[in-house]
Amino acid sequence: MPRAMNVVPNRGSRLLLAFLPFLLIALIYVVGSAQRRADNPDDKLLPPVSEMVATSKRLATEPDRRSGDYVLWSDTAASLQRLALGLGISAVIGLVLGLAIGLLPIAGAGFGTLVAVLSMIPPMAVLPVLFIVFGLGELSKVVLIIIGVTPTLVRDLSLEVQNMPREQLIKAQTLGASTWQVAIRVVLPQIMPRLIQGLRLMIGPAFLFLISAEAIASDVGLGYRIFLVRRYLSMDVILPYVVWITLLAYIFDYALIWFGQRAFPWAYAGASR
Amino acid sequence: MSTLSFRNVWVEYGNQVVLERVNLEITSGTFLSIVGPSGAGKSTFLRLILGQERPSQGAVLLDGEPFPAEPGPDRGIVFQRYSVFPHLTVLGNVLLGYELAARPFTARLFGTARRQAVEKSRALIDAVGLGAHCDKYPSALSGGMQQRLAIAQALAKQPRVLLLDEPFGALDPGTRAQMHALIKPLWREHKMTIVMVTHDIKEAFGLATRLIALDRPRKDPQAPERFGARITYDLDLTRESPVPVLGFIRASAQAAQ
Repeated sequence: MPRAMNVVPNRGSRLLLAFLPFLLIALIYVVGSAQRRADNPDDKLLPPVSEMVATSKRLATEPDRRSGDYVLWSDTAASLQRLALGLGISAVIGLVLGLAIGLLPIAGAGFGTLVAVLSMIPPMAVLPVLFIVFGLGELSKVVLIIIGVTPTLVRDLSLEVQNMPREQLIKAQTLGASTWQVAIRVVLPQIMPRLIQGLRLMIGPAFLFLISAEAIASDVGLGYRIFLVRRYLSMDVILPYVVWITLLAYIFDYALIWFGQRAFPWAYAGASR
Repeated sequence: MSTLSFRNVWVEYGNQVVLERVNLEITSGTFLSIVGPSGAGKSTFLRLILGQERPSQGAVLLDGEPFPAEPGPDRGIVFQRYSVFPHLTVLGNVLLGYELAARPFTARLFGTARRQAVEKSRALIDAVGLGAHCDKYPSALSGGMQQRLAIAQALAKQPRVLLLDEPFGALDPGTRAQMHALIKPLWREHKMTIVMVTHDIKEAFGLATRLIALDRPRKDPQAPERFGARITYDLDLTRESPVPVLGFIRASAQAAQ
């Protein structure tokens, strides 16, 4: 009998094992829902799956009676736009600042401590400031994501630059490279895979900040809808929305892995996953 | 002709003396080996030439001129590890030297200029025997192949001085012998000065035309850092000169005549 740590499932059983917990959760939900419905026909807490499917279908395919929008899609588009803007701008700032702080001792001395302190500010604590300064429109929500995500990216990327072997930077100089050339031809390409990883880890926090901002002040968006229908205990809307958000986040994560492997094959050479 | 001169060079870190009173003239075309125990300042010596470090006293001169205190294209280097860029293919690694020189802002070549640079790069890659691996990334190469690539990369700049910091230390004996067979003709062909730090005495004697040994002749057991290393042996290994240690080589050369 081999040790448990040496038992490796094959492809088929791996798939089955991955699927099993989901099935179990679904089963528990269905049973629980039926139980509550049997006790109280007006139960709103655990709506049956059929009801959630019907509601989702209505949200996705029928225009809203008042605004004429297809609610699910307009919410998704608004939220994704904010998310993409926030993460995109964070990535650019993170790359530029992280590279400068990691590569240039002067920039490291000047900004390093500042970034370390700024990254300790809880973003939600400054949300009121953002609403006051940037108004209740799109800008404040995008800025919240940027404030929440950028410091971590900057610190991570600057550490990655500092952890690069000194030999490489010296070798580049003996090949005649200027500071700028070292930055764009040697350091930047090598921290890109790390940026991808950082963004993957930041999808969760970015959604957290997005939904928080949307919950407080917004008129469209996934977070807005969830917190709007909360007043009517509309679990048949909330639960599908949560599933939808989770699915979106998972797809982004997967897309980033896929992109990283295609764009930077050298970084994944030898890695099994 | 380019001469590397060390004039009364001292290197000190605070109280710790690493090198003391180093005087040395290295004429152009020399293949200089540096040997010595660990901590005797071999790497410091190399870093002085590289410009990564400055002497606390004295001066290091190239053709009588002090050179800038940072690495530059006239002094190439091959380290024991991490000498090649993992994000570039074999061709890209060598091509980079040409691209950096030609385009200060974008550091990329296109069209005819690129084709010419690729041709020159391929010639160098063929010269170190990596012709069949042009499109591979360094992670797909063995340790010996990576060092070959690092040498080709350094040769692209046609440096006056090529520094080798234990370049073959991490290779197995067979590969090491292949590298020895590779580096000697390249050195003759490109007419450069090579300064090689090594732990392998056989390699040091076998390749070089001159060998220096660094060691600490004075030792204070209470304060081991008080006295720095000096050049304790300076041997001329060319065939014409009498070298007591290698008398047998001379004898065999005479026998051959």
